[in-house]
Amino acid sequence: MAAEMQAGSRCMNFYGDGIAYLRDLPVRGRFIVIEGPDGSGRSTQVEALTSRLESDGHAVLNTGLKRSELVAKGILRAKQSTPLGNKTMTLMYAADLADQIEHKIIPALEAGTIVVADRYIFTLMARSAVRGLGRKWLSSLFGFALVPDMVFYLDVTPSELFYRAFQKYSALDYYESGADMGVSGDLYESFIIYQKRIATQFRQMEKSYSMIRIDGNKTIEEVGAELQEKVGTFLGAL
Amino acid sequence: MTGNPARGEGGRVPGKLIVVEGVDGSGKSTQIRLLEKWLERLGLRVFFTEWNSSEAVREITSGGKKKELLTPTTFSLLHATDFADRYERKIYPLLRANYIVLCDRYIYTAYARDIVRGCQPGWVKKVYSFALKPDTTFYFRVPVETAMNRILTGRSRLKFYEAGMDLNLSSDSYESYRIFQGRIVEQYESMVRRERFTVIDATQNIETQQRLLREKVAPMLTPYLIKKKAGNVEAVEHGR
Repeated sequence: MAAEMQAGSRCMNFYGDGIAYLRDLPVRGRFIVIEGPDGSGRSTQVEALTSRLESDGHAVLNTGLKRSELVAKGILRAKQSTPLGNKTMTLMYAADLADQIEHKIIPALEAGTIVVADRYIFTLMARSAVRGLGRKWLSSLFGFALVPDMVFYLDVTPSELFYRAFQKYSALDYYESGADMGVSGDLYESFIIYQKRIATQFRQMEKSYSMIRIDGNKTIEEVGAELQEKVGTFLGAL
Repeated sequence: MTGNPARGEGGRVPGKLIVVEGVDGSGKSTQIRLLEKWLERLGLRVFFTEWNSSEAVREITSGGKKKELLTPTTFSLLHATDFADRYERKIYPLLRANYIVLCDRYIYTAYARDIVRGCQPGWVKKVYSFALKPDTTFYFRVPVETAMNRILTGRSRLKFYEAGMDLNLSSDSYESYRIFQGRIVEQYESMVRRERFTVIDATQNIETQQRLLREKVAPMLTPYLIKKKAGNVEAVEHGR
């Protein structure tokens, strides 16, 4: 096997069972995930990291949730009509990710591209866990997922998130404020409770999934500098 | 797990879950429809649901099939999504409400097809672990040739995924279908004992098979019929 592999290439690493038929495919690129709730500055940081990597001469591919050719439109349509059950929603998002992993992420990694994902399985696991789905079931379901080289989590206090979300949209997202869960009729309270629960889920996953937590309460520039330095050190050490 | 009560992550439910499984052309859909007619005539609350029929999911799956975008993993996950939608919104709540739920294909279809397509058996089973085990699963055993002849009558061509063309078994769709169905049968056969299937010889005539189904289902109906008139109980015993 080693003889056939090009310099710098290695076998892919999956969290568990799932895409068994792709296990021995050699890849050369790197896979970086940025997680964090809406208003954590996640998308801004993905953009900044992408242009930094490109200016350093790397090919970069951006992915995220609901971006598969197969499922994305279906999720949007489903959300507009009858509310779906929690298991159904989780499985639909899982199909969306699996499609992207097989058709976008893996081919990019084979070609030596750096893949930067704006959210990944961790958001889905956290959202589903706070809605009552079992941790064990979730982690085996997402066993098909590729293990990233780095996972960042932008940690922002719920009250700061509320402020940022309101400043940007003048409204709160239905699901991101946990309105579907009926935890409180008071939307502010509901938002805070929901985001706290999500944050707790992320803390619980931090160790087992080797997440790098970054204090997202800091300014865009400060967060960007910290994140890019860590990525730079990782890539430089290869 | 012992005895009949349907169990899963959600625990016991009062309703009854009856499932038919078998390859395309085994005659299972005809049989479950006849069973439904009988139960309805007895005045029981019956709900029928079939594989791959959730409205919210069907468009995605059929789009993926048309464009031949599906991989074994996404094929599996979309069918799981379809099943979960029907399960969360219909099957489980209705079992809680003491309905008799009839399923044309259930998790065993997923086990068989996904494993044949190359998904890890342990993963597939875990994905579907939320589903209650049926009270009875009828497995319609039929030689692949017989099933194929029934399916191909009046049809000129097989669809891509239906024929298992994504598995590269053969460039000829009929040959691919034959091999694919043969492998599905192997999977079903391996489940017969473990999942306690009631095997029905699907080469028998329709009336004979239906009588066997009704004989097996009749004892399950006692709790439903206690409050009903005696004539009904007699009809059940005679499978009329």
